[in-house]
Amino acid sequence: MADIDIIKDENIVYKKSKVLTDNVMHYCPGCSHGVVHKLIAEVIEEMGIQDKTIGVSPVGCSVFAYNYLDIDWQEAAHGRAPALATATKRLMPDKYVFTYQGDGDLASIGAAEIIHACNRGENITVIFINNGIYGMTGGQMAPTTLVGMKTATTPYGRDVELNGYPLKMTELVAQLPGTCYVTRQSVHTPATVRKCKKAIRKAFENQDKKIGTSFVEVTSTCNSGWKIPPVEANNWMVDHMFKFYKQGDLKDSEKDNPDDYKKFIE
Amino acid sequence: MAKVKGTIVVDKEKCKGCGLCVVACPQDVIELAKEVNGKGYNFAYMAKPDLCIGCANCAQVCPDSIITVYQTKI
Ligand SMILES: Cc1ncc(C[n+]2csc(CCOP(=O)(O)OP(=O)(O)O)c2C)c(N)n1
Ligand code: SF4
Ligand code: SF4
Repeated sequence: MADIDIIKDENIVYKKSKVLTDNVMHYCPGCSHGVVHKLIAEVIEEMGIQDKTIGVSPVGCSVFAYNYLDIDWQEAAHGRAPALATATKRLMPDKYVFTYQGDGDLASIGAAEIIHACNRGENITVIFINNGIYGMTGGQMAPTTLVGMKTATTPYGRDVELNGYPLKMTELVAQLPGTCYVTRQSVHTPATVRKCKKAIRKAFENQDKKIGTSFVEVTSTCNSGWKIPPVEANNWMVDHMFKFYKQGDLKDSEKDNPDDYKKFIE
Repeated sequence: MAKVKGTIVVDKEKCKGCGLCVVACPQDVIELAKEVNGKGYNFAYMAKPDLCIGCANCAQVCPDSIITVYQTKI
């Protein structure tokens, strides 16, 4: 039984962000997409940029992201979100422009777009949801699928000889001079949720400084595709995904290269 | 030392029963109900309401943002 005395507006310490709509999310129970949507909404609300933010949604489970965040959106063809975001930001440099992409979208069909947008140093934010699988289409292997990981198209586990190696997109774009902030986060515990939110906030704030592309990978779960219930899927992610996809900042121009960085923002 | 008392309100009909809040709660307050909601999910509820400290951990990990958290000093 909830405590009626405490349930008063002045006692609220946490509630749903105003930037989130009241629509019920279509995501599977426990899917990381919902947590990341919430964090983006909170950052937009706290920065006061709801009317200045344009999202580009991908093809994948998050294709309907525009139903859940009450901002302006564009829907890109599969993998092409960085190209659309490039045009949008160049035409409207005072807007905050971000892409929201899964690993099938960003690392497979859209690999060229993301590499070149990052290499051009487009002044955009990229949110990359890496759940190691194609969720929407029924759990097929993605470029990011771990070696030995079972998917609908690798029923005996990913075999390097047949399927090649998993692709670390985040390490790849960190090498490019166009990126200013590259980090790998997760949202499986309250502490990592708070840390991830700070990273997303920084990635948005970088657009004010015009210092290049900010890239936030969120190592995620796809419990339906992995065929593991939500809580266990988070544990599986920690035990397996984190070994290959090391958590933390890969590049932060502000810290790594303060002199160059100053030159940049003058 | 000032003590705090918290409580949560779960939007029962929107809950999908993923259980992520259950493991996120440091006080073991939350359980999944034996009954189901309109969508057929075992929704989250406060099994031990007296223990809630209003830390908001449960709400922060909730993918569907359906938990509101209240806190007051006692
Ligand atoms: C041009 C084109 N090719 C293929 C597809 C089929 N398709 C839809 S979603 C998807 C991959 C989704 O995986 P991911 O980007 O990892 O997102 P998730 O669903 O896991 O969030 C594919 C291949 C498509 N819609 N369009
Ligand atoms: S299929 Fe996977 S990525 Fe898609 S909503 Fe379900 S859990 Fe999330
Ligand atoms: S607010 Fe904190 S103590 Fe209360 S139910 Fe949520 S996680 Fe548990």
